[in-house]
Amino acid sequence: MSLLEVRDLEVRYGSIEAVRGLSFSVEAGAIVAVIGANGAGKSSTLLALSGLVRASSGSIAFGGRDIAALRPDRIVRAGLVQVPEGRAILAPLTVAENIELGAWTRRDAAAEVAKDEERVYALFPRLAERRLQLAGSLSGGEQQMLAIGRALMAAPKLLLLDEPSMGLAPMLVSAIFETIAEIRRSGTTILLVEQNARQALRIADSGLVLAHGRLFKRGPSEELLADPAIVEAFLGKA
Amino acid sequence: MDLSLLADPVFLAQNLVDGLSRGALYGVYAMGFTLIFGVLDILNLAHAATFMWCAFVGWLIMAAGGAPLPLGLVAAMIAGAAIALMLEFVAFRPLRREGADKLSSMISSIGASLIMVSVAEAVFGVQTRRFPNSVLNPKPFFIGGAGGVRISRAQILILAASVLLMVALGLFIRKSRMGKAIRAVAASQKAARLLGIDVNSVIVVTFLVGGALAGAAGILVALLTNNIVPGMGNQIELRGLAVVILGGMGNIEGAVVGGFLLGLVETLTIAYVPGGSDIKDAIAFLILFIILLVKPNGIMGRGKADRA
Repeated sequence: MSLLEVRDLEVRYGSIEAVRGLSFSVEAGAIVAVIGANGAGKSSTLLALSGLVRASSGSIAFGGRDIAALRPDRIVRAGLVQVPEGRAILAPLTVAENIELGAWTRRDAAAEVAKDEERVYALFPRLAERRLQLAGSLSGGEQQMLAIGRALMAAPKLLLLDEPSMGLAPMLVSAIFETIAEIRRSGTTILLVEQNARQALRIADSGLVLAHGRLFKRGPSEELLADPAIVEAFLGKA
Repeated sequence: MDLSLLADPVFLAQNLVDGLSRGALYGVYAMGFTLIFGVLDILNLAHAATFMWCAFVGWLIMAAGGAPLPLGLVAAMIAGAAIALMLEFVAFRPLRREGADKLSSMISSIGASLIMVSVAEAVFGVQTRRFPNSVLNPKPFFIGGAGGVRISRAQILILAASVLLMVALGLFIRKSRMGKAIRAVAASQKAARLLGIDVNSVIVVTFLVGGALAGAAGILVALLTNNIVPGMGNQIELRGLAVVILGGMGNIEGAVVGGFLLGLVETLTIAYVPGGSDIKDAIAFLILFIILLVKPNGIMGRGKADRA
């Protein structure tokens, strides 16, 4: 059984259909990249998975349980955690407070949470140096680290990353992708939405290509990277 | 006025005591107001009506029920929390669920306020209610002998309770788990949801705390003025709003500083400016206007990112 099983998902904003009958699944332990042009329905799909927008129809099964009607906080509690586009860090709170609030839904021992906190600070030493700084004063790359680190504090089974490389300098982009691969190695499944499709597919096991709210193509990453039609339309020149 | 008063240190000290007591009340009132604003981005214009109802509850339990002062304060705070909770479920949440814009919610709170005041008029009538002397205990303390600075028991209670509430709220918001969640929701509801925070229950807690503060302000103002009427909210409503803006919208420390500042300016204007009691509002608001020209986001405000 797949960790995430999405069937016939539709998301509507008024009369606009952002996602029109999308079905896919994500196996536990994988990195799945979601690529496609602007307006293809990538972010809408993630928002629906997190419960921030309601699917108008379709089912979302996570760990065998239907979560399509759950409140966003319950979905986080179930282990599906999103780092949204634009990071959504809490600017007026300190780095340490942001990290702490990441563990809001945790019910396990404080010692376990503290251990994870150290793990996050070890993964992002820059954050450790800036613990007491206001999150709003961090650079874009640091804010992205904070957003990812904070999401890890919820001990997610499935991490949704929406455009983690957006607005970052090329060097930082590689660093973020390396970190994502590292997070997967520690056992977290990842669904990765990226404009930076080539780099995303390089660290992913498989990819979903969306167009106009529908699944255009799916397959192992190497296949997609080698597919002339995909390269032409979505990957551009190397 | 008597010019010799200008140089009189006792007179100055007296006015500082009076101004600080008055300012403490503005601070307590404004803290609740600004807390709710910070989280919802909506002015709860029924805050003054909540304040008034709690003054009556405190009066009822103390004057009619014979309860001691501290119990009256606690009762008023519980009443304030209960009323604010009702406001959230009746005036705010239904609109929020429908995705109404913020202006509609504000209008809804004005409606709630009008109803609350009308009901108070129907229940209590328009005549002034006062505490019996046994409650107020008119015998004040004097610092520095009989000719020294007079400080009433009500003022002592007001200052002690206000400072306690300010410190308690500050610690709650800065240090507690729920306080951090409140700040998270104030910063971004979407971000809070993605952290797994149940935004509606955080809003409920915010209303409970904000209402309790309105309640405390209500009973304490009643003790200071000994003048409890259904329209008593009018006198603090605009000042409370001014203090919230002065301190920086949604900024709790700012509300405290702004409250003390307004209380002192008003009191010192009455004391030192000829005809001051007639023009104290004009002077206070002129100063407010000048401060806002220099610091448009308020004394402690640094714009929206700084809220709560």
